[in-house]
Amino acid sequence: MTDMTDHPLLMPDARTKARNAAERRFRAYGLTAITLALAALVWLLVSIFSAGLPAFKQTFITFPVTLDAATLDKSGKLDPVEMAKVTTIGYGKLIDKAFAAEIEAKGIAHEVKPKELGDMISEQAGASLRDMVLANPALVGQTIQFQALANGRIDGYFKGRVTMETASRDKNTSPEKLALADKLRDAGVIAVKLNPGFLTMSDASDKRPEAAGLGVAILGSLYMVVIVLCLALPIGVAASVYLEEFAPKNTFTDIIEVNIANLAAVPSIVYGILGLAIFINFAGLPQSAPIVGGLVLTLMTLPRIIIPTRAALKAVPPSIRDAALGVGASKLQTVTHHVLPLAAPGILTGTIIGLAQALGESAPLLLIGMVAFVKDFPGLPPQGLFDPAAALPVQIYNWTQRGDPGFVERASGAIIVLLVFLVVMNAAAIYLRRKYERRW
Amino acid sequence: MSIGLLSLILLALATAGYLVARTRAVASAGGDARRLHSLPAFHGRLTAMSVLVPAAVILILWLIFEGFAIRGAALSQLKPSDVPDGSTMDLIMSDVGRIADGLNQLEARGTELAPLLASPDALAAALKDVGVAQGGAPTPDTILAAQASREALRTSRIGLSIVTLAAAVAGLVLVLRRITPEFRARNATEALSMWLLIGASLIAVGTTLGIVLSLLSETLHFFRLYDFRDFFFNLTWNPKFTGGSDLGIWPLIWGTIYVSAIALAVAVPIGLFSAVYLAEYASKRTRAYVKPLIEILAGIPTIVYGLFALVTVGPLLRDWISIPMGIGNSSSSVMTAGLVMGIMVIPFVSSLSDDIINAVPQSLRDGSLGLGATPSETIRQVVLPAALPGIVGAILLAASRAIGETMIVVLGAGAAAQLSLNPFEAMTTVTVKIVSQLTGDTEFNSPETLVAFALGLTLFTLTLCLNIVALIIVRKYREQYE
Repeated sequence: MTDMTDHPLLMPDARTKARNAAERRFRAYGLTAITLALAALVWLLVSIFSAGLPAFKQTFITFPVTLDAATLDKSGKLDPVEMAKVTTIGYGKLIDKAFAAEIEAKGIAHEVKPKELGDMISEQAGASLRDMVLANPALVGQTIQFQALANGRIDGYFKGRVTMETASRDKNTSPEKLALADKLRDAGVIAVKLNPGFLTMSDASDKRPEAAGLGVAILGSLYMVVIVLCLALPIGVAASVYLEEFAPKNTFTDIIEVNIANLAAVPSIVYGILGLAIFINFAGLPQSAPIVGGLVLTLMTLPRIIIPTRAALKAVPPSIRDAALGVGASKLQTVTHHVLPLAAPGILTGTIIGLAQALGESAPLLLIGMVAFVKDFPGLPPQGLFDPAAALPVQIYNWTQRGDPGFVERASGAIIVLLVFLVVMNAAAIYLRRKYERRW
Repeated sequence: MSIGLLSLILLALATAGYLVARTRAVASAGGDARRLHSLPAFHGRLTAMSVLVPAAVILILWLIFEGFAIRGAALSQLKPSDVPDGSTMDLIMSDVGRIADGLNQLEARGTELAPLLASPDALAAALKDVGVAQGGAPTPDTILAAQASREALRTSRIGLSIVTLAAAVAGLVLVLRRITPEFRARNATEALSMWLLIGASLIAVGTTLGIVLSLLSETLHFFRLYDFRDFFFNLTWNPKFTGGSDLGIWPLIWGTIYVSAIALAVAVPIGLFSAVYLAEYASKRTRAYVKPLIEILAGIPTIVYGLFALVTVGPLLRDWISIPMGIGNSSSSVMTAGLVMGIMVIPFVSSLSDDIINAVPQSLRDGSLGLGATPSETIRQVVLPAALPGIVGAILLAASRAIGETMIVVLGAGAAAQLSLNPFEAMTTVTVKIVSQLTGDTEFNSPETLVAFALGLTLFTLTLCLNIVALIIVRKYREQYE
């Protein structure tokens, strides 16, 4: 009984202490792991959002431009064909002149060479003014208040991307220009405003990140998602219904099942190779067209729709089928009248999640030529499905490959747009599941 | 007749067939639908389906195989002498395609084609006018070929219209003639529907076949141009588009394995410990919030991770680790790609392991705790060994996911193919090279582009094996406790 005095019952001995310490350590490892995972998520989102949010604002320069009839409409007849002969460069000179005049009128002193003043305005300005005038020839001869995009460097200065120090080493801008920009902002000529053009304009060339927008990419992605929905949903549901409700258990259906399980795990880039070999080289469909992207993504999404659909069908209790069969429905009627409507929420949830994955997929689209620079909007479907278009994730990839640092901001901004779409889709899926899910 | 118009006519025929068959069925029963074997709607549906299904099948098959006939017609106009040195038949054929395309556009504008067809120079000018990009200048033979292919297309479309419409009308008439009160329209509709369902499930098999066949045939094509021993045993990867490339796969395999190994080294501990904590320690409430949050990581598109690697993680590692330590100066490195990919793969490990740990019967835990083991001892000595096969399966699935991942490595790992041990150097993977060899180039006749298919086949086989092993392990384990 001497042991008892050495180790009182209410005091843990050394071994128990060690075991309890091990227990606490183990718990701490688990907590650390979860914290790390969540920290990674937060880090990822914060870094993307902080880099991308500025893309939704843009620096604009607003000043009066006199649309001189002598340069814009030499014939004086407001003939659109004649007027179209004045190029963007012609309009650009007009804008540069008006900008210099505005600075002088406001009496702002600066050290920028008069010739270089125009560099502060985006090269895109000429094109947009030209489009404006051609759309409304009556403007010629008037003086309008024109809102031009500022050059990417000036825009970067107001967003903190460009500093006086980097500007002194940059041949595309200079500290003098930035100083002038500051004065112009105080005078109310330059302002940073919300930029709806980021969502509606098309892609712009390498030197004008300020004018690049997501319009074509959003439309292209929309076309592809619609194609995937129209093809993958009916085919996926039909295949699941067959496998779950009608297929006899034999080698043939076993092969199909193993197949679908494996297809869901095939790397997405392999689908891109398939699309390139079959749809483009074999069937001769055009490159970078939404139809090809849609077909490739359909094949990729199919197994991802079939698997949840089968689970949803399986969850419908057999008693429902027995009741329908008992009152004389055929097997197909049982499925279409009773099982499918009851499984519909589950099927929809699975489909929406599958579509969201298809929307964010980029690797297969790289191979079917969607990286091409596309400036023009695709036409209306069905013909527009064969026109070249971009896609959101590929547009992001495309912008990461450009030289100008302004495109990193654009790419991050595009990711925010993509994530918003995905969040909306997934929220819809979760809402559907919560609202209609039934436990039998 | 255009495809759109043809489809509209088919739909109209089907609708008409539906309505006519319904009234006919009722009329055949003397106005009393109860005397019919099948409801009138089944007669209608059967008619509509027998108009649409055969016509649609013919339409799709025809459009797929039409390309061959048109290519053949164009090729028959070309002679071997038309192919100048340094060019290939494929390049000439794409010129022909462009000329044909331009001619169609010119015709649509109402330009007189005859004088253009006679003079290649005038045609070249006119094509430039409509904005058709030109490879080589048109020659008399390519113009002939372009005309032949346009002619073939026109004939093919006329034939297509006749054949599909004939099939549709035949279907319509056949069914309408069979309508009697005894006709088992419902059974026939359901039999036909069943074939449609089977067809839909065969698309999955078709996809696999398509993948395997397209990969295999182009890979064989590649090995005819490039010795397979060099591909499998050469240790350098150095493609030159002028010819004489070294296309050894080992640097790429090494890069792939290295990146995936780092990714797993990040994801397995984090994922596994998270899964254990969530399954064994966390309260229901914590679990309900944390599990979906971790799963968000799996729902984020890979391009987002790619950009994250490119603009955040890469520069960070370069400025804080590799440059101060003097072991590299590139922001794209195996470590960058591996770390970011590891973050992406965490939920693949954690979610599946979580399910598997939850599937371990409670009685095992109770037994162990009852003997006086602490919870962590129970987990380490009872739960984890019981769940081990399933966890291995989960890790294998995560590995296959990491090997096949493309965007993160394209943006994060770099493009330099090399066999090096330094994780802060840029290396490249199989998927990166598939993208770089195939992007923007679809003339499949040089080993430099065809090698992408051999790489694709390697990737497909590798991931397939991993998936199958993982599935077998997971499935076997699940049965054990059910």
